[in-house]
Amino acid sequence: MTKQRVGARRSTVALKALMAVSGLLMVGYLLLHMYGNLKVFSGQVKFDEYSHHLRTLGEPILPYEGALWIIRVVLLAAIIAHVYSAVVLTIRDRKATRVGSGPRYKSKQNKRGFQRTYASFTLRWGGVIIFLFIIFHLLNLTTNDIAPGGASPSPYVRVMNTFSEWYMVLAYTLALLAVGFHLRHGVWAAGMTLGANTSVKARRNLNVLAYAVAGIITLGFLVPPFAIFFGWVG
Amino acid sequence: MKITVRVWRQANPSAEGKMVAYDLDHVSEHMSFLEMLDVLNERLTLEGEEPIAFDSDCREGICGMCGLVINGLAHGPERTTTCQLHMRSFKDGDVIDIEPWRSSSFPVVKDLVVDRGAFDRIIAAGGYISAPTGSAPEANNLPVPKADADHAFEAATCIGCGACVAACPNGSAMLFTAAKITHLGLLPQGQPERTSRVIGMVEQHDAEGFGNCTNIGECTAACPKGIPLDTISRLNRDLLGALAKGKA
Repeated sequence: MTKQRVGARRSTVALKALMAVSGLLMVGYLLLHMYGNLKVFSGQVKFDEYSHHLRTLGEPILPYEGALWIIRVVLLAAIIAHVYSAVVLTIRDRKATRVGSGPRYKSKQNKRGFQRTYASFTLRWGGVIIFLFIIFHLLNLTTNDIAPGGASPSPYVRVMNTFSEWYMVLAYTLALLAVGFHLRHGVWAAGMTLGANTSVKARRNLNVLAYAVAGIITLGFLVPPFAIFFGWVG
Repeated sequence: MKITVRVWRQANPSAEGKMVAYDLDHVSEHMSFLEMLDVLNERLTLEGEEPIAFDSDCREGICGMCGLVINGLAHGPERTTTCQLHMRSFKDGDVIDIEPWRSSSFPVVKDLVVDRGAFDRIIAAGGYISAPTGSAPEANNLPVPKADADHAFEAATCIGCGACVAACPNGSAMLFTAAKITHLGLLPQGQPERTSRVIGMVEQHDAEGFGNCTNIGECTAACPKGIPLDTISRLNRDLLGALAKGKA
């Protein structure tokens, strides 16, 4: 029985590499974003100055908001690549495992297998939650269409107003926990996919790195909302 | 001890299958899992019922022929082949679910028997070295670092049972494919065909309809030979390297 082969460039491994690289790009962005957020502790002037500087970055070689738009386009491309590979691979995986009707295995025992982690278990739906959160987040703090506590032209005031509401702190906390779990498995998987796991030591290092990135990003993003809510800022 | 087994019964590849329960009253804990099924089959034969079809051959854990999903786990709760699993791993009154390897690339032939021909086609797509015939070369002409030899041997212990596919939530055969890539890729004899091997085998893996690897590690946890997950990372590295060099 001969089956039609698809070129290696379009193989699952190549798609995974696309997912890994686009994911790591977004991780890099998150680290920069987190750094910017922490400037909230320097007060309104510094925070708004930083925010404005992102628009004038690279001038006069780049036009006003030039650098920002480059970042936005790259990020958008990364998100599209990430979602595209995730959807294609997920459909493929469903086809590979869904045989006949009902669940793959009828047994109700050991649904989580031998050792599947919560992070890997929730990767796909967690990703969907993060995607929806990003849209909400842009409407909230970038366009300010969703402005609990009051809209403002000042980024600093927007942040302060948003996190003066308990339900916004809760929403951002849940979203960041989703991000944390996503990164715990995602960073490890990116390393695996790009060929970094070649020994027991490398595997341990990759796992430590994944925990560290997930932990730093989750905590780093959660510090400002909680500090603002409890009145430790400004 | 008394146990109940719920077994997947499917008369032929196109038939609709279902789980059927059988009670067994005198099961010795010293029986192997397959012996328990043998005893059940003898009873079914005497009762004029069709015996349960399942694969087995050496029953020593080295041929890779047997393989059942027991209580949702490939090869059952112990890290070994199904034939090396014993009833002492279960207790009196247990209800044990027995199902075939489940993957669209492993079609059920009958009951618990699946067609693993896809594995043969993956091997045929590159899982070999081309060696000239003639007299054997001097063994010490090709030095192999001890660590590489050990790692290659570790990967070479794959018996091709297919537990990795059955255990993988995505039905991926990456661990099987990667074991061969690692085994041959670490040895000097495997170098000339290293690039064409990884390209051919990955292409065939995908053509067979197996899922993709999401680095969860269920395969390596289920593997009776303990093939490590790093073999998959080596496969990825080889394939991406081949793509970067414009070889595919």
